[in-house]
Amino acid sequence: MIRELGITLLHTIRDVAPIVILIAVFQIFIIKRSIPNLKSVVLGVVLVILGLAFFLMGLEQALFPVGELMAKQLSDPVFISESYSGALTDWQAYYWVYIFAALIGFATTIAEPSLYAVAIKANEVSGGTISTLYLRVVVAIGVAIALVVGTYRIVVGDSLATYIMVGYVVVVIQTLFVKKDLVALAYDSGGVTTSTVTVPIVAALGLGLASVVPGRNPAIDGF
Amino acid sequence: MILKIIGKIANKLKNSFLDLVPIILVVSFFQIVVLQQPFPNLFEIVVGLVFVVIGLMLFIEGLEIGLFPIGENLSQALVKKGSLFWLLSFSFLIGFSTTIAEPALIAVAKEAARVAVDYNLINPDIESSYAFGLRLSVAISVGLAILIGIWRIIKGWPIYYLVIGGYIMVIVMTLFAPEEIIGIAYDAGGVTTSTITVPLVAALGVGLASVIEGRSPLTDGFGLIAFASLLPMIFVMGYGMIIF
Repeated sequence: MIRELGITLLHTIRDVAPIVILIAVFQIFIIKRSIPNLKSVVLGVVLVILGLAFFLMGLEQALFPVGELMAKQLSDPVFISESYSGALTDWQAYYWVYIFAALIGFATTIAEPSLYAVAIKANEVSGGTISTLYLRVVVAIGVAIALVVGTYRIVVGDSLATYIMVGYVVVVIQTLFVKKDLVALAYDSGGVTTSTVTVPIVAALGLGLASVVPGRNPAIDGF
Repeated sequence: MILKIIGKIANKLKNSFLDLVPIILVVSFFQIVVLQQPFPNLFEIVVGLVFVVIGLMLFIEGLEIGLFPIGENLSQALVKKGSLFWLLSFSFLIGFSTTIAEPALIAVAKEAARVAVDYNLINPDIESSYAFGLRLSVAISVGLAILIGIWRIIKGWPIYYLVIGGYIMVIVMTLFAPEEIIGIAYDAGGVTTSTITVPLVAALGVGLASVIEGRSPLTDGFGLIAFASLLPMIFVMGYGMIIF
C-alpha cells in the first residue's frame, strides 16, 4: 500500500510540475519579485499535492471498484429481469439504473474537489451571500438530473447532439432572465462537475448499459 | 496550544467526512437493500475511505493557503507591471501546459486514435501523430480559451455573448464535422479541467477582476473554466475536418 501511495504521489507531482515551473519562471524572470508569504504558499502546494495523492489513492481503493461493480450489476440482464417483468427494450425496465444514476451523481458531486474550490471562491467574492454548501447542493442536483436524462438517452438510443442542443437552448433562455451576477458562475459550474470522482463511475454505468440494452453500440451510445 | 490545533484538525476531518456521507449512504443502500450482496473487501474499502477523507482535508487546506494566493498574486502582479503581453502569454501558457500533460487527455487521445485505425479512418502509421494532433489541438484551444477569458475580464464584455457565440459555433461545427470526430470532440471539453487547474484559474480570474477598476469579482471573475470546456469542442471538430 505504501508503494502504491508513493506511485500516486509521483504521478501527482508529475502533473503539477509544469504549473510549478511556469509560475516560478514568471515570478523570477518577469515579475522579478518573490511571492509574499512564500513559506505558507509552498506549504499549501505541498498540502495540495499530498491531499490529491491520498484522495486519488483512496478513490481507487474504495470507491471505483465498488462503483463499477455496482454499475455492472445494476445493468445486468439477470438483475433487470428479476426486478421488472417486461421486455429488456422497455425503458421502464431500467428504473433502478435511473435511481442509482441520480443518487450517485448527487453524492459524487458533493465530494468533488474542484467544485469545492469554485464554491469557496464564490462565497468569498460574494461576501458570504452564496453559501458554499448551497451552491454545491444545487450543482449536485443538476448533475443528478443530467445523469437520469443521460441514462434514459442511452436506453432509448436518441441522438446525443439533439439533447445537447436542447440543453444549450435552455441555457441561452435562462441566461436572458437570470441575474447577471450569477451567469459566469453558473457557466463555470458546468465545467467543474465532470472530473476526478464522477467520471469513472458514470462511464462504467454508461458502457455497461449500452452493452446490455438490445441494439446499442457501446462505442457510439456509451458516452 | 497543541490541543487547539488537534481540535481544529479534528473539526476539518469531520467536515471532509460529512462530504463523503452521501456517497457512503448511496453505495451501502444499493449494495445491501437493492442488490442484496455483501461488500467485497470491506477492509480495503474502509482504509480507502479514510484516505479519501484525509486527502480531501489536506487538499482544501492547501487550496486556501497555497493555490489561491498564488493565482491572485500572479494576476495582480502582472497587472501592476502593466504589461498586457505578459499577462496574456501567462494565460495562454497556463492553459496550454496544464492540458498537454493531462493524463486523462492522453488516455482519451490514445483510445480515439486506436478506434480510428480500427475503423480504417486513418492510416495505421499516422496513429501516434493523430493522437498527438488531438492533444495539441485541445491544449492550444484551452490556452486560447483562458487567454480570451482574461481578455474579456480586462475589456469587461458580458460573458454570455462569448459563451452563446461558442454554443452556436459548436452547433454549426457539429453539422459539418465528420461524424467520427463528434463524440471525441464533446468529451474533449470535459477532460481538460483538472483539479489543480480549476482553483488556480478561478483565483487568476477573481484576482484580476478585483484589481481592475469597474470589474466585479463575482460578475467578471468567473467564466474562464466555461471557455476552457467549450473551445476544445470547436477545435477538435475543426481538427477532424482537416484530417478526415
